[in-house]
Amino acid sequence: MKNKQIKKAITGGFAVGEAIRQINPDVMAVYPITPQTPIVEYFAQEVADGNAYTEIIPVESEHSAMSACIGSAAAGARSMTASSSQGIMYMMEMLPIASAMRLPIVMAVSTRAISGPLNIHGDHSDAMAMRDFGWIQLFAESVQEAYDNLIIGTKLAEKALLPVAPNMDGFITSHSVENVEIMTDQAVKEFVGEYQPTQTLFDFNEPKTFGAIALPESYFNFRKQVYDAMQEAESKFLEIVSDFEKISGRKYDLVESYQLDDAEKVIVAMGSTCGTIKATVDKLRGRGQKVGLLKIRLFRPWPVEAVYQALKDVEQVFVLDKNLSFGTSQVLAGNVEIALKRPINSVVYGLGGREISEEEVEKIFTGEVRSFLI
Amino acid sequence: MQNHFEEQKFTPTTTCAGCPIGIVTRTVLNATEDPVVVTNATGCMEVTTTVYPNTSWKVPYIHSAFANAGATVSGIETAKKALLKKGKISEDNLKIVAFAGDGGTYDIGLQALSGALERGHDFLFVCYDNGAYMNTGGQRSGGTPYASTTETTPAGKKSIGKIAGRKNIMDIVVGHKIPYAATANIGFLNDFEAKVKKAFSIKGPKFLLVFSPCVLVWKISTSVTIDVAKLATETNFWPLYEVENSQYKISYNPKQKVSVEEFLQTQGRFKHIFKRPDGTDIIAKIQQETDAEWDRLSRLAQG
Repeated sequence: MKNKQIKKAITGGFAVGEAIRQINPDVMAVYPITPQTPIVEYFAQEVADGNAYTEIIPVESEHSAMSACIGSAAAGARSMTASSSQGIMYMMEMLPIASAMRLPIVMAVSTRAISGPLNIHGDHSDAMAMRDFGWIQLFAESVQEAYDNLIIGTKLAEKALLPVAPNMDGFITSHSVENVEIMTDQAVKEFVGEYQPTQTLFDFNEPKTFGAIALPESYFNFRKQVYDAMQEAESKFLEIVSDFEKISGRKYDLVESYQLDDAEKVIVAMGSTCGTIKATVDKLRGRGQKVGLLKIRLFRPWPVEAVYQALKDVEQVFVLDKNLSFGTSQVLAGNVEIALKRPINSVVYGLGGREISEEEVEKIFTGEVRSFLI
Repeated sequence: MQNHFEEQKFTPTTTCAGCPIGIVTRTVLNATEDPVVVTNATGCMEVTTTVYPNTSWKVPYIHSAFANAGATVSGIETAKKALLKKGKISEDNLKIVAFAGDGGTYDIGLQALSGALERGHDFLFVCYDNGAYMNTGGQRSGGTPYASTTETTPAGKKSIGKIAGRKNIMDIVVGHKIPYAATANIGFLNDFEAKVKKAFSIKGPKFLLVFSPCVLVWKISTSVTIDVAKLATETNFWPLYEVENSQYKISYNPKQKVSVEEFLQTQGRFKHIFKRPDGTDIIAKIQQETDAEWDRLSRLAQG
């Protein structure tokens, strides 16, 4: 049954902070970095005002943020942090360790360009840099999705025993005010449930060693376990979003198909740009053009079958990457190609927060813009 | 229930013969009857005690990386607070210990250690200081003494070995105004044990800097680990002292003044000094700095 919800006009940062407050994790490691900072500021104030019981660790760096989360999660505490860009680059060493230890840490990400040169604006370079580290990654188009993904992601982390990064676009989503439906605290609490770790450091009857050194005869097996867990995460995600729909009325899938039924030309994208693309699709559809959008919600694990099914009959596929890989094909483009087993059109856009307009989206559909929207 | 027989807390390791790592771990773990959780920076202690599927640790243990013993301990201690509050655990007497070598303390681990000390978590940080990166074969660290030859500061025709002296990590730690910091030595076990016990009796961040020879890189015989360690303190090369709430106290006054040269002579890492024409000057400099530090500590202890 759909629960009562409150409509609020808030930014993505505050919406994610509010979701964290409602989840009320045991431990939250906080460290500032633009454009993530509003999340931890909002949350710290909520704790200061007695609206969450979380123990905050005001760490001295992001490397320590993730290290502290690993320590607290291994001890059996529901643990979270939030970061962006250089922060993620700085903690990068710890990211594959978190997944290899099968710790369900949640890190809210406001995506941002990576240096150099220094740039604080939004693109997906930071999220793409952590794509192979065993983290489940969700992308949000709107503030509503950023809020929902944080709640869905927390449950998914604990079901899959993998860390989860719910991503929202830095500034565009994190700092923009949108109307959001906020669920009741009780509904969120019941949905995520109480964290029940299976193995913890605080087991004094059967003490365990976490983070042993693994030689060639065992290392591969540990990594394979993460791979298998990631493969299984897709069906767990589907179960969770199905339950989520029942309480929120909002229906989510691995991908979102927008005007795909008879589409001949389709753009594949992630994040806030999907809103601009939808508006363009509506405009072009109005002129009788058969165009559509495939929005990726779950990026890791990569929903290869869902992408294939959505695009198999589409003549022309344009994949938008908000990230630049050097000396090779682009990340999202390469992933779509793997799903389709045929060439697609790859376009890199929006690096360092460069805006994309409906006119430019139109030029991608017509083929006027190729490779780089620069 | 905890079993307090030492064999139950820490069992043999794959360390080199003569390595005192087991002395450090057992002395610390056996100093309390309360439950203990251990975190460990990457290094010799970690790789010689946790080769999967074996473990030497009979207490809960976690290692994740090199730079982050201070941060991991912060996470564990904060989880303890959160879970006690929720009634999910009942061990409010739980002791949390971080072990790191000098690399994981003086160098790559310094930032995380500083953060943990400044935030005031309740834990004991134990640095087993062997004065170089031994797990990778003996490269210089911020804890390597002046004129020691290492893999990255090798002595040669144009090199005396390490040019810089040891970073005074105790001063850095004491600068955080923590309730308790002390030096210890595996050659002075009673003193070491008493300091661990005292540390465990105090709430807040505690730091122990333990002199811990490395037979392999110091090029000493496997039978003389303890002798060399004792000589370090007898020559004032490694003074034993504690700093409790900013009050300094010398723990051990050598009865006879032994020259630092006698300590240097015992180890292959200083052998080149004795063959160099400027060797006398180098030894004089080490002696002078050793005396100056002892005088400084004595003055601080007198208040």
